Order: sequence, then structure tokens, then C-alpha cells
Amino acid sequence: MSRTGVDTEVAGRTPGAETTRRRRPAARPLSREIVETRVLGVLKWVTIAFFVVATIFPFYYMLLLSVRSIEDLALDPGALWPPRGVSLDAFGQVLRGVDDGGQGFITFLRNSGIIAVGTVVATLLVSILGAYAISRLEFFGRRQVHFLFLAVYLFPAILLAIPLFVLFTRIGLRGSLLGLTIVYISQTVPVTIHMLRNYFVTVPASLEEAAALDGATRLQIIRRVALPLAKPAIMATSLFVFMIAWNEFLFALLFLVEDRGRWTVSLGLSQLSGSIEVAKTVLMAGSVILTVPIIVLFFATERLLVEGLTSGAEKG
Amino acid sequence: MREAPLPAAEAPRRGRTLRQQEARAGLALLSPTLIVVLAVVVLPILWTILIAFQRLRLRDLRRSGILGTELTLRNFETVLTSSGFLDALRVTLIYSVVGTALSIGLGLVAALVVRKPFRGRTLVRASMLLPYVAPVVAVTFVWEVLLHPELGLVNAVGADLLGWKDRIPFLDQRTGTLSLLGVDLGVPTALLVIIAYQAWRYFPFSFLFILARLQALPADLDEAARVDGATPLQRFRHITLPQLKGVIALLAVLRFIWTFNEFDDVYLLTEGGAGTEVVSVRVFRYLTGRGDVGAAAALSLVLAAVLAVLLLLYFRFFVGRSRDAEAI
Repeated sequence: MSRTGVDTEVAGRTPGAETTRRRRPAARPLSREIVETRVLGVLKWVTIAFFVVATIFPFYYMLLLSVRSIEDLALDPGALWPPRGVSLDAFGQVLRGVDDGGQGFITFLRNSGIIAVGTVVATLLVSILGAYAISRLEFFGRRQVHFLFLAVYLFPAILLAIPLFVLFTRIGLRGSLLGLTIVYISQTVPVTIHMLRNYFVTVPASLEEAAALDGATRLQIIRRVALPLAKPAIMATSLFVFMIAWNEFLFALLFLVEDRGRWTVSLGLSQLSGSIEVAKTVLMAGSVILTVPIIVLFFATERLLVEGLTSGAEKG
Repeated sequence: MREAPLPAAEAPRRGRTLRQQEARAGLALLSPTLIVVLAVVVLPILWTILIAFQRLRLRDLRRSGILGTELTLRNFETVLTSSGFLDALRVTLIYSVVGTALSIGLGLVAALVVRKPFRGRTLVRASMLLPYVAPVVAVTFVWEVLLHPELGLVNAVGADLLGWKDRIPFLDQRTGTLSLLGVDLGVPTALLVIIAYQAWRYFPFSFLFILARLQALPADLDEAARVDGATPLQRFRHITLPQLKGVIALLAVLRFIWTFNEFDDVYLLTEGGAGTEVVSVRVFRYLTGRGDVGAAAALSLVLAAVLAVLLLLYFRFFVGRSRDAEAI
């Protein structure tokens, strides 16, 4: 950025520019404006191209390696497209059970699915009530409690992991999908409350007041009036929670590592990537399987998600 | 779960004011959240403090009681005087400061280039968010293979096009030599890679928030400056950037905290080897490698305490001073 500034300074002092300036006094600032606009106009597209390549290329590479064989990759690691055709063998191999000579990702998918869906349902139940209370009802400490929850995010996850590891070992929940789900609920509730609250405060309360006058109870109001209105926000929040639970690694590692039958996709991939027996291309197929659900969900809901996360941020 | 501040013990009474009713309903609706956060977050954090002062080993977990052993300072002595502690702290600091700065810088540039509408902008914006939303295990694995000495694309391109003589084991090399204009410089290869990864994966977060702020900026100031003859760079420097100061300062704090506490990315890329052992990874190694729960808890508290002190200093000197400067 600064270099273009210097260039234009220099350009402004060249003899040619000097003579133009003598004839037209306004020429120098005008020419600097034009030069900067042109240079920045080009730089802008170069930068956009750079960012698009840098962000998309690793995903393309993931896909590329998943359809190549390991021998092929070892021969020609620099190829940018599959030189000897596309093969989907790696997907079958990574999905099949261990008994059938595969890596058992189908089991990992089931585990990840159970945990992620369980987390979404439980987190939403808890946080819809909480977010409604914080945005609609006046009670002592309502403003503070919201920031208190967000403070959860400032503690190192590893600090929290130690006592939970000890506690869950003692009560026998370590190694179970339920235990991990409980941890994920606690990790996602603060931010879902934040997202839902941001939505509830933008919905006028008059409809709910009308329902209250008609004799509806608080829970009826939430179910019949507030929830249908908040559907888009609830969708966005669910997907956000799903992504967090699906992607999580540290707690899955600490809680489930001992039993291969309980591994999540993330945990399975990380555990197998350390071994030399499983080909990298097979694991690349595993990465694709892990990533595709998230990317599909993300592209389907990108706008909703972005609005849900950054609402309030534009006020700076 | 008796800790929940449910006012359920009181018998329902008539004649309560509407205000009291509302307060009770509010707390009742909030109680599931409070229970979860108390039971799975607040109490465990407090418990860590207790564990840090106990001699607790992994193999004794099922046997010993909660207050089983007497309190001692040995854990802190162990972790603070162990070799490698200061190194881990230094690496964590470098990783956090440089990683934060780079991710915010990239986020700012990305937000500036997609600020104005153009064809395909929605797609470009979505693609820029990919590194942040994709599963951490999958993207670290892709980086690992990309940087692999034999199978990786980077080394293949380096050997074919740039004429590298030796393959570079990016994730296992503590110090590499970089020849610049005939001068050999020692560079911490693996550390630089995890910092670059940090910038790549987390710039979308800054991008998102800076873009939201950019699009809410009033256009009239910029327009007025243009009429007065300010060039694009001058307008960015004196009009746009000052208005982004708030969001950038907030991002700096958040990203610093999260990078300082980061575990997943570093563990998955290098397992803390080759001079990349950040404090979080060290805590994990105390816990699982040595089975020393007490020492792990003590070190995690040290991590949190160092972070708290750094944040305190930041708010005390940096934020305080810039406010004074604005007042003048």
C-alpha cells in the first residue's frame, strides 16, 4: 500500500509533471488521484484472486488427492489434476468397517451425527428459554448474566478439560457419547443465547402482549408466538451449533480416544493420520467425508449465519 | 443440582406484583442455562484450582476422594522450574502476537477489497470464510500433506520450479536456513508454519467483523474528503481507518485470547514438536503423557494467570493511553 504512495510522489516530481503543473495548477492532486485509483483498482483484483486461491485451493487439493491412488501420488506429487483418471476406491475403503478391511468411518459418521444432533436439540431447548428470558423479561442481573456466559469463552479449553476429565472418569461418563454431548451443550449455550437474544430484541413485543391479554401462559406465548417468528434465527443457530459439535476435537480426544467404536469422524481422522499403515489418499477421502456436510450446510445458510453472528457488530 | 438459584422453594403467594412475577419467570426460564453453565463450566473451573494444589495422578483417579490428599505447592514448583517452561511461554507469546496481527491484517485487506459490490461477490465472500468453518482436523491434515517432504505439493513445486536441493520437512524442522542475497539466516521453520496456518485459518473471523463495520460506515464523510481532494489512500488513512479502530481493537483482544489458549491447531500440525510447544500443548502432555493431573491443572492456571495479567496491562496502558490521546 505505502509503495504506491511513494511511486505517485516520485511521479509527481518528474519533469513532465512539472510542466503540466505550470500550465494547470490543479493537475498534481488530480494526477495522484488518478494514479492511485488505477493502481488500487488493479491491486484490488490481484488481491481478490490471491484470497480466493488461498482459501479454495486447499479444499481442491483435498478433493484431488481423495480420487488419486497413493502410488500415483508418490510418482507425481506436483500434479494439479488427476493424471491417471479418477478413482473412488478410497471412499469405499475409508467407509467400510475394520472387519471388511476398511477404516470404519461409517461408524464414526454415526457417532458424530448422534453427538451433533443431540447437542443441537438440547442446546436449543435450553437456550431458547434463556434467550427469551434475557430479551423479554426484567429481572435482577439480566444484563450482566449475558456477558457472564460469554466469559466462558475466555478460559483456555484445556483448563476446563482437566476437571471434566477427572469428573467424568469418576462418574463413569467418560467414554460415552452422552458425556461428550453434555460438554458440547455447555460450550455452545453461551453463544446461542447471544445469537437468539440478538434476534428476539429486534422482534416487537406487541404480538406477545396481545397473546398475554388473551390469557396465554408464558410457555404458550413462547411456543405459539415467539418461536414461529424466530424460525430463521433458530435455523441459523442450529446450524452453527451443529458445526461446532461436528468439528470439535479436544474433548473428543480426551473422552473417547480409548474405544475405536466411539470415535467421531474428527477423532478418527486425527488418530489414523499419525499411522503409517493408512495411505494419505485414503485419509483424504476421510477428510472429504468430514468436510462436505459442513460446507454444504455453510453454503446453504451462509447469509443467515453471517447475520446471526455479526448482528450488533456494525455499531462497532 | 441444588445450586440452581431457582426460587422454587418459596410457596406461590397471591398478591405478588407483576414485576416480581416477571422476575421469577425470568429466572425460571434461565435456570436450565444456569444449571448447565454452573455444573459443566463454573464449578469445574473452580475445581481446577483445587486440583492444582493436590498430588493427583491419572492412575489414582477412580480411587481418591475429591478432597483426598492434603494441599501442596509442589505442582507449581514442578511446572515453573521444569526445563522448557520458559521456552513454551516464549513460543506462545510469539505465536499469539504475530498470529493475531497477521490474521487481523489479512482480514482488513480482505474486507477492503470486497467492500464494494461486484459480480460474484457473494461467492468470493463465502469462499473467504471456508478456512474458518471447515473442520479443524480436516484442514490441518490437508496442510500436513501439502507440506509433506515426499508427497507434498509444496516440496514438489519447490524442487521442480524453484530448484530446491533438499526437501524441507516443514512441520518437523526446528531451524531452517534461508539464504538471502548470500547471507544464511536461521529461521524457526515449524513455528513460522503454525503462525502462517493461524493467519490463514482465522483471518475470516476478522474479515467478517471488519466488513460488517465497513458496510455500516456513513458514506458522507468519505464523499466530503473526496470533494476536498483527498486521494483513495489518504481517505483510507484518515477517514476509514480511524472509524475501524474500535472493531480492530476488539478483534485484537479476542484473537489474542483465543490464540494464546490455542490447542487444536498446534497439536494437530506438529504435536508441539520442533520448537512449537505452546503452553496448552504442554498442559495436555502433563495430563496424558505423564499422567500428572495436578501438574497439568497447575500449568493451565499459570496459563490463565499470564493471560489475565497481559490483558490487564493492555487495558491499563494501551486503552487508557489512547483515550487520553483522544481527549487531547
